[in-house]
Amino acid sequence: MFKGIEIEVGRIQDSTWDEPMGPTPFPSVGTLRNWDRKFLNRYKPFYMPFCDLCCLCTYGKCDLTGDKRGACGITMAGQQSRMVLIACCIGASTHAAHARHMLDHLLDEYGRDVPLDVALNTGVEAPHVRLVCGIRPKKLKDLEDVLDYVETQLVQLVAAAHTGQEGDNIDFESKAFHAGMLDHVALEVADIMQIATLGMPRGEPDTPMAELGYGTIDASKPVIMCIGHNVLPSVDIIDYLMENDLFGEVEIGGLCCTAHDMSRYNKRSKIIGPISWQLRFIRSGIPDLIVVDEQCLRTDVMIEAKKLGIPVIATSEMSCLGLSDRTHDDPDVIVDDLVSGKADGALILEPRRVGEISVKTVQGVAERRGEKKPFDIGEISVIAQECSGCMECVRSCPNTLEIAAAVGAAKEGDYVPLAMLYDLCVGCGRCESACPVSLPIISMMTKANEDAIADEKYPIRVGRGAIQDTEIREVGQPIVFGEIPGVVALVGCANYPAGGGDVARIAEEFLKRRFIVLTSGCSAMSIAMTKDEDGLNLYEKYPGNFDAGGLVNVGSCVANSHITGATIKIANIFAKRNLRGNYEEIADYIYNRVGAVGLAWGAMSQKAAAIAAGCWRLGIPVVVGPHGAKYRRMLLGRKEREEDWNVYNARDGEEVYVGPVPEHLFYAAETVEEALVMIAKLVMRPNDTNKGRAVKISHYIDLHKTHYGSMPDDLHLYVRRAQDIPFTMKDEIMKVLEESGWVEDKIAIPDPTLLDRMVRRRG
Amino acid sequence: MSAKTILGQTAEIAGPKKAFIIPKPEVAAAMIKRAERPLLVIGAEAQGIETADGDLIDTAIKVSKSGISVVATGHIVGEFRRRGTEVHSMPLMNLGDRLRDPEWLGLDGKGRYDLAVFVGFSYYLEWLVLNGLKSFAQDLTTISLSRSYQPNAGWSLGTMKAEEWKEVIDVIVKSIKEGN
Ligand code: SF4
Ligand code: SF4
Ligand code: SF4
Repeated sequence: MFKGIEIEVGRIQDSTWDEPMGPTPFPSVGTLRNWDRKFLNRYKPFYMPFCDLCCLCTYGKCDLTGDKRGACGITMAGQQSRMVLIACCIGASTHAAHARHMLDHLLDEYGRDVPLDVALNTGVEAPHVRLVCGIRPKKLKDLEDVLDYVETQLVQLVAAAHTGQEGDNIDFESKAFHAGMLDHVALEVADIMQIATLGMPRGEPDTPMAELGYGTIDASKPVIMCIGHNVLPSVDIIDYLMENDLFGEVEIGGLCCTAHDMSRYNKRSKIIGPISWQLRFIRSGIPDLIVVDEQCLRTDVMIEAKKLGIPVIATSEMSCLGLSDRTHDDPDVIVDDLVSGKADGALILEPRRVGEISVKTVQGVAERRGEKKPFDIGEISVIAQECSGCMECVRSCPNTLEIAAAVGAAKEGDYVPLAMLYDLCVGCGRCESACPVSLPIISMMTKANEDAIADEKYPIRVGRGAIQDTEIREVGQPIVFGEIPGVVALVGCANYPAGGGDVARIAEEFLKRRFIVLTSGCSAMSIAMTKDEDGLNLYEKYPGNFDAGGLVNVGSCVANSHITGATIKIANIFAKRNLRGNYEEIADYIYNRVGAVGLAWGAMSQKAAAIAAGCWRLGIPVVVGPHGAKYRRMLLGRKEREEDWNVYNARDGEEVYVGPVPEHLFYAAETVEEALVMIAKLVMRPNDTNKGRAVKISHYIDLHKTHYGSMPDDLHLYVRRAQDIPFTMKDEIMKVLEESGWVEDKIAIPDPTLLDRMVRRRG
Repeated sequence: MSAKTILGQTAEIAGPKKAFIIPKPEVAAAMIKRAERPLLVIGAEAQGIETADGDLIDTAIKVSKSGISVVATGHIVGEFRRRGTEVHSMPLMNLGDRLRDPEWLGLDGKGRYDLAVFVGFSYYLEWLVLNGLKSFAQDLTTISLSRSYQPNAGWSLGTMKAEEWKEVIDVIVKSIKEGN
């Protein structure tokens, strides 16, 4: 046995850590059920079935509409919550599998004892792992136990979704929360190991700028396009280019989170854009080789690549694309097969074999580029003649874009309407699938916009990873007292209702108001892609510090763990609450005191669902854009029901009314403006000081007046006493309050907690 | 190509229980007039949608003047205010959540609505909220007056071209006003 470490029922116990163990280390599926129920009582699920049927077993299909029940007895509410659980399990499993793949590889390559030195000036290296598992990982090998735990729990959660297992919708919801909690652990594990081994930024606020956009790719060179989320194969490509002094001769660009992590590894790699650009970029004919790893890939990448003769290298067991496993073949033979077109692609499952094969292949393929060219701009009108105006494209477009009219205009040689659709299109390709004459609508849109696209070059601050402990120490107090009005995290995918410019607009609104704005993933890319009249984007205008008015790009999807991790660290480092296996107390702290809100304006994936679920269990509200309503259920508070908004005052145990703060836990906004106002309201917490609440109320009122043209009608639920009223608005607010029958001090300002056991002394 | 079997948008495929198609505008008007507590729900896309009165907001203002409660979702109440009219305002999610609550007394506190009429939304968002109500507010009648068939409403207009839709809406609004 190693000194200071005991193996207890297969788990590592660290006896050198003097923080006492909390009540819930390695929680099982039911351990935090009571905690979840506190939220689920307050924020009742509102289900909007995305499908009325269930087709999971051979009893079905079952129609569950209204009061109908399935052959197994499940209700519509049960089924919708089961689908939420399944989505969250898929998301969390995806991150966990990603983490496991990386861990196996990194343990092999770097050894078991690599220290987890993941952020500067930081002692709390892994807040989620400490909180959930009650262990303090010091070395790479310590993460194995953590993943063992996550995987075991996920198997149990999936089992609960089997026909005839869980039946109660609230229990399904609690399990979805559990999946979310596990997800953040998996995210953290995945990100800290890559930081520790691959030399990615360690929480520096001023990471270098990388280049983003179509226009950053020098198409005169051989171009490798990497897609996905698991950076290891791309790392090998970058290493090979560096070792062979080829970086200047070959272009390497990424799409989606792999691109973020490539830039964290080497800022000279380019970020082409968010997920929605996959089809567009492949169709452009610019890539000479496509390397895919895992997650959010277009599953038709082989079909698309084949049309243009672009070879594909797949690198993950999660996504083999039907290709032959060539992992152990002679690299030169594989290269010959790919360059000659004898093979359409190759599956290479050892990341350290991808670099050489990719670079040699792309150099060979580039020489024959252009054999199968995409069409020229002039051909758009010729192709458009085929259009019969049937409207099938519009009927199938999730954003109901005016495609038919645009194609109609293109027939007459007017390409402007087609070009205008480009920014609004999410690149899903459903219009093309629906079109009876198979018009290449996305290619036509992209081509019609080609001049603008060629100029798309934006700087983006490379993902920094974690928030340093020293930063938390400095801003903990102003956040908890409410003087920094809030922490807003703009995260998630690119399924936007009206283009990515909205994300930049929302970010700027809160940056100007001196919120802390965090971002990651496709949203971080979309923020980069809007410039002001001076040609500057938000990364150029706002610093990367975790402080008021800072724009903090943490990095890829897996780096989202640092956002929630920062809220956990506020409870631990600023408020000195124990983390170790102490989930409820920390979540209670965050929920009642840390004015953080997540916004996933274009959330699309099951991973995004899992990430959101991890926020819910920690008490962090999440707002999604209108497409997010397709996650099929909201968690909504009823602000007018006073009985729903009581907490304990930890000072004397009295139950007191604190008002509806935060009003919702999961909420879809119909418009950007609605989201702005809702976020400004959702950052309020029972613990706000008078000064802090006044600051928050002033932003809420200001945004409400701008977009709704009036004072809010619910101020009486948020103003607790006269000192909460922003001084400059006093008369105006008092008038509204008087009209609504406001009574001073009806809303208490206690030491708030939802946990009976946190009461220090009964009065 | 095989025959077209799906009404309206194919972006969201409907379930087994589908809305009745409103056979003619007068039927919708009669349903609204007959309801004891109707609510007209105007989505945030109303502003750009042309009608005989100008746009859908102008039309909603006209309807509100005939005594029918109107609620604007999203932030679109701001546009009503700019045009000098006060209507109710509530985010769509909050409204859906309350419409399924048998104890909710409505935006004016006077009692539960028996009819909710939706128009002015993106297709999928209206589809989803109507589906929440289809299963969880079964005693509430819902009507969609959108230009594309909405299968999850109780009653819906069929899919039609913009010009035809303008006329249909105009007939509905006129017949509502005649009855008052
Ligand atoms: S799992 Fe239940 S509801 Fe689903 S098909 Fe089987 S019996 Fe029907
Ligand atoms: S690819 Fe774009 S235009 Fe086509 S259906 Fe999808 S969003 Fe609509
Ligand atoms: S589906 Fe194809 S043929 Fe029909 S309107 Fe759209 S582009 Fe034209």
